[in-house]
Amino acid sequence: MADVAMTMTPVRRAPLDGLAGDPRARWAVPMARFSLRLPEAAIGAASASLGLDLAGPINNVAEREGCAILRLGPDEWLVLANDADSAAIAAALDRGMPDRRFSLVDIGHRQTGIVLDGADAADMLSAGCPLDLDLAAFPVGMATRTIFAKAEIVLWRTAPTRFHIEVWGSFAPYVWALLKEIGREYPVMENTP
Amino acid sequence: MLLITCPFCGQRPEIEFAYGGEAHIARAADPRATSDEAWTEYLYVRGNARGLHAERWRHIRGCGRFFNALRDTVTDHFVATYKMGEARPDRTEGKQP
Ligand SMILES: [Zn+2]
Repeated sequence: MADVAMTMTPVRRAPLDGLAGDPRARWAVPMARFSLRLPEAAIGAASASLGLDLAGPINNVAEREGCAILRLGPDEWLVLANDADSAAIAAALDRGMPDRRFSLVDIGHRQTGIVLDGADAADMLSAGCPLDLDLAAFPVGMATRTIFAKAEIVLWRTAPTRFHIEVWGSFAPYVWALLKEIGREYPVMENTP
Repeated sequence: MLLITCPFCGQRPEIEFAYGGEAHIARAADPRATSDEAWTEYLYVRGNARGLHAERWRHIRGCGRFFNALRDTVTDHFVATYKMGEARPDRTEGKQP
């Protein structure tokens, strides 16, 4: 059975294919996604292996070219990286942490990304997200799991007027359609520079 | 909206949280050595306090962690929140903010 599991090539789903959306929302490029769990004592070794500091505050992002690591909790990180680097990330942790005090789960086929980019992005999200999205309360580089109407999402502010939303595949069309609906209250023409 | 202070994430909206029942109820280390009465007590009997109540909450739509809270069941005011494993804070009454 182990051989079967290893040789299956899962098909990455495209939950938003062909669905009309808000012009400010776009489907994020395909990327590698991992859920990384490890104890506090292993944070240093994992940071050295991945070349990013995992010890930063909870709900903040450590970033370098081609890789972002979102700290979702005291012992949980969401790794987003270039699709091509998927194997390299696992290998780096494997090399750098021979005692294997970590869990790395590929969740690339579970969720997908939506980028919302526009002057009204925060207001649009506030229609479904209970967090205070004022720039002072939710600054650039902050990321957290939260909810958007009926869907659980991970929300990451990548610029003052741009957010990256991670959402499970089965909820993606719902979030996509809801953003389109909310967008009707925020005309695009007035916001384009 | 009611804000609850997660010990890890800070003040967050109530709807991100799930209630987890009364806190500080320890499961017997060896259930087979426990009397039926003591086991029944552990499973079903709760304080049902009117006033300050120590209870478990989970920040399920956030960091996902369980923590404990002291809440006044009359006013719904959260007097304190604290991490799992920490002692119940020494408070005798809930004050309105
Ligand atoms: Zn939390």
